[in-house]
Amino acid sequence: MSGQPYRREGATGRVLRFRFDGQEYEGLEGDTLASALLANGVRAVASSIRLGRPRGVYAAGCEEPNALVQIEEPFPEPMLQATTVELYDGLVATGLPGQGRLADRPDPARYDAVHAHCDVLVVGAGPAGIAAAGVAARAGARVILADERPEPGGSLLGTAETLDGRPGREWAAGEVAALAALPEARVLGRTTVLGHYDDNYVIAVERRTNHLGAAAPAEMARERVWRIRAKRVVLATGGHERFVAFAGNDLPGVMLAGAARTYANRHRVLPGRRAVVFTTNDSAYAAALDLADAGVEIAAIADVRQAPGEAWAARCAERGIEVLTGHVVTAARGEGEVSSVETAPRSKTQGAGGETREIPADLLLVSGGWSPVVHLFSQSGGTLRYDEGLGAFTPGEARQAVEAAGFARGVTTLRGCLEDGAEAGRRALSAAGLAVPSEIAVPAVGEEPPAAPAEHLWLVESGDYGTHFVDLQRDVTVGEVLRAVGAGLSSVEHVKRYTTAGTAHDQGKTSGLLTSGVVAHALGVEVAELGTTTFRAPYTPVSFAALAGRDRGPLHDPVRVTAMHEWHVARGALFENVGQWKRPWYYPRPGEDPGEDMEAAVLRECRAAREDVAAMDASTLGKIDVVGPDAAVFLDRLYTNMMSTLRAGSIRYGVMCRADGMVFDDGTVIRLADDRFLVTTTTGNAAAVLDWMEEWLQTEWPDLRVHCTSVTEQWATVALVGPRSREVLARLAPGLAVDNDSFPFMTWRDTEVAGIEARVCRISFSGELAYEINVSSWSGLALWEAVMASGEVTPYGTETMHVLRAEKGFPIVGQDTDGTVTPQDLGMEWIVSKKKADFVGKRSFARADTSRPDRKHLVGLLPEDPGVLLPEGAHLVATSSLPEPPVPTLGFVTSSYRSAALGRTFALALVSGGRERAGERLYAPVGADLVPVTVTSHVLYDPEGARRDG
Amino acid sequence: MAERRSPAAAFAARFEAASAGGGPRLAEIPFLTQIDLRVDPKSPAAERIGTAIGVPLPLEPGTAVRGGDLTVLWLGPDEWLLLGPDGAAPGLVERLTEAAAGEPVSVVDVSAQRTTLVVAGERARDVLAHGCALDLHPRVFGPGRCAQTTLARAGVVLVAGEDGFRMLVRSSFAAYVAEWLLDASLEYVTPPAGEAAPA
Repeated sequence: MSGQPYRREGATGRVLRFRFDGQEYEGLEGDTLASALLANGVRAVASSIRLGRPRGVYAAGCEEPNALVQIEEPFPEPMLQATTVELYDGLVATGLPGQGRLADRPDPARYDAVHAHCDVLVVGAGPAGIAAAGVAARAGARVILADERPEPGGSLLGTAETLDGRPGREWAAGEVAALAALPEARVLGRTTVLGHYDDNYVIAVERRTNHLGAAAPAEMARERVWRIRAKRVVLATGGHERFVAFAGNDLPGVMLAGAARTYANRHRVLPGRRAVVFTTNDSAYAAALDLADAGVEIAAIADVRQAPGEAWAARCAERGIEVLTGHVVTAARGEGEVSSVETAPRSKTQGAGGETREIPADLLLVSGGWSPVVHLFSQSGGTLRYDEGLGAFTPGEARQAVEAAGFARGVTTLRGCLEDGAEAGRRALSAAGLAVPSEIAVPAVGEEPPAAPAEHLWLVESGDYGTHFVDLQRDVTVGEVLRAVGAGLSSVEHVKRYTTAGTAHDQGKTSGLLTSGVVAHALGVEVAELGTTTFRAPYTPVSFAALAGRDRGPLHDPVRVTAMHEWHVARGALFENVGQWKRPWYYPRPGEDPGEDMEAAVLRECRAAREDVAAMDASTLGKIDVVGPDAAVFLDRLYTNMMSTLRAGSIRYGVMCRADGMVFDDGTVIRLADDRFLVTTTTGNAAAVLDWMEEWLQTEWPDLRVHCTSVTEQWATVALVGPRSREVLARLAPGLAVDNDSFPFMTWRDTEVAGIEARVCRISFSGELAYEINVSSWSGLALWEAVMASGEVTPYGTETMHVLRAEKGFPIVGQDTDGTVTPQDLGMEWIVSKKKADFVGKRSFARADTSRPDRKHLVGLLPEDPGVLLPEGAHLVATSSLPEPPVPTLGFVTSSYRSAALGRTFALALVSGGRERAGERLYAPVGADLVPVTVTSHVLYDPEGARRDG
Repeated sequence: MAERRSPAAAFAARFEAASAGGGPRLAEIPFLTQIDLRVDPKSPAAERIGTAIGVPLPLEPGTAVRGGDLTVLWLGPDEWLLLGPDGAAPGLVERLTEAAAGEPVSVVDVSAQRTTLVVAGERARDVLAHGCALDLHPRVFGPGRCAQTTLARAGVVLVAGEDGFRMLVRSSFAAYVAEWLLDASLEYVTPPAGEAAPA
């Protein structure tokens, strides 16, 4: 191990090569980037965000406040903690000064999400979690055990404890493997539970191939979001160690005592050669002794307490480790890293006498006590209470079926955690209605010395708090917290926002309580009174890629297509998005540039429809079957015009308004029988109209015997349009009498078209002679191909449809209307019944506002230069030069096209008092120009309707 | 009769290829008869309809019953979907209408409104769990259960069978759902080499 000077003897595992800050290193399989860097003696890993101070590895897990890195290879990833990045061959990373860089290229990896359900979710596979999950799963409960680390064991990974005579790590691996083999248990390793919401809805992210680097299989999702719905949740989330605020507590070489213990035991790495330990509690003694056994010289233990645990003191004495009781570390010193530690009796920092000592050391282990990880419990709505013994907040009242177990609940011994977890497992079983085993064996563990009470120390008093850091990542010092308190802030939430303490990637895991402690110290109150800042999801940072999952590219949103879609694609159609539908926009011909020549293609398609014969796929229109004895009454109430007088076999155009009298949707109503109608809606409003119908039926008119059923996709529809359409239909439907008397406008016939059962409607949305042929959508493609087979029929798309209907002044709901337009505004007074007693919107037409003369009316506009195409949305003003703002606008352009039939451009517009302005000249500001236009009727082509019968 | 084409016909080969590996089995069952029935469950018509089709309309929410070659799905307090073999629609509509005997009953042929996709085999539940929030565990959603729910961003009617699930998908969404299923199955179709065992 000559390449890894701080690696302990006896470390095993495959050698991995990696690069950090441009330097090549070797590490071992099972390392984190942090442990590998420590093994190589790399002390300064990053620099701090505001002050640029060097920072080293401080912790051994997701609580790490310092060692932020950017992964460069195999794929750039910003802001990861070196303590949670598993080492792999070929890893290239750099240390970060607080902020990273997003990747400059699309992430090629796959990410996905999955829903899961269970009787009990256990968060954390430490001793308590394993015990809880084991009891529940062995009794047949559906169990999910999630743990954020690459291997189970939790706290056992960092210690040298044994269970049933086996090393903790081995015991945990065995238990969890047995658990995973049970049919109803699922073990999720490398899975961090991020959020705990109402109804025990829990979000977790599993990191599945991140640790494989470039060797990750492409078809396997790299990260997976788990959306878990659990009947009961057991939070066995353990604890995070805190540090203490003293001068220079951010120097590389200062480290949490428990983290150092983990590096020595789990990774067989020595975080230094000669250490001073600074503690407020017994736990650091175990760390000191493990490190001493591993070969670190423990120069001294400065214990703030006058009376540390006797058993621990005795063990130190055996090894010749000096324990300085009643002492604190007043400063860590060194150039870029710790080279000496200054200790003093605590009394001295409080103004009394005492000698300071400068102890040479390259490592300073700190333990300010342990905080239960209560984040998820708090997120779930549970209250927290201050535990005097721990000097930390523990779970109080739960608001959901959730409980904490083990240290997360403040249980401090290994045996206690195992028993507590088993009890939680039993409660989960009984909550799930499963039999609870009477005897539960808990593994045998070594005797632990009785704990001596901890003393809660937040900061080492000093005259200068400039390098007493509370939040290492945000570079917030005690000095700044005191300034906040001095400015009058007494809430920890306010101090957090004022100082930014606790707002970094680690969300204050090590600093939150410390900040509260310093505020309490400054205010002279108890921490218990101040409480904590709010715990919010996510518990740890989560990548946007994971949240996006597979909802990217073609799967981002459904694309709805008609039965004829394949034909349109093969024919080279360009598509327009209409809601989620892809509708053919226009069909460029060979020789027409699909991108450039839209105008040429659309003029050609328009000419074919007006002069010859053309066809459009109209399948996307919404279709609703309205059935029942009261169907006619129901439709009379929803449409502005009369529907009950329609005869079976006939069709009527109708408009629906909202209660405010504004146009909501339009379409045709086909009467199939006395008690049966087929209603069509606009493409985009199909679902909204069905909802609208159901709302009225279910909430206002439950007495009406009517049922509505969507049949939008039951039918495929071809619109056959143009003076020659009758001729083409006659050939396709030899059994159908197509002459005008036999098959008049606004009627329908059932027949066979091209050998397919069809319902043919004589409806026109262009003013031309036209038919809509409806067949089962299974036969839509066959019908379309039959229509196209002769080669005489020109396919046309939505753009041509828009031009043709605009030439006739037919509005499109949502384009020429915007929810403020009445039928009367559209020039459709005729469609609002004067005879019907009532219909939705009727009352609103009696309001003064709906008959104001200056309401915006739909009108036609002819630019004076017939070649000028107005942009849709352009405003209209009365004057040929713009006055000073605010410029009064008379209205705006809603539709604008080039017309083959008119031989010029034209537009539709909503213009204040528009109908009274026919012949007036208005101006449309377009860029720097004011384009003169003449107001005209909105019906520009065939106003007498001579063309519809062919 | 002119050729019929089912909404997921273009996916037949890819479904077959994805199903070859012994993971999930994906397929379309085209052209099944589907009739939407609305009737007051307490009416005599509902009872007559039960007799006419040989199986009483299920009243427990989210359940499906079989009678002969028909499956009747509970869709709502007064709505059922009847599934039958290809070509059964005209006869079935007639039987239902006759049984209604003038009572206010709505019978609508919606056979082409939705197509039927099969998600079966070993990993069927795993595939669906990627996009369906329902608990599909056999203890909860075993054979005889059905639900109107969403898969990813499409509304579907999901029916649990002995060997996996049938999923009724709106025709216009069939291509999206088919692509989604194939994509969701990727990991189960090609067993990833060197997948680390879960911790």
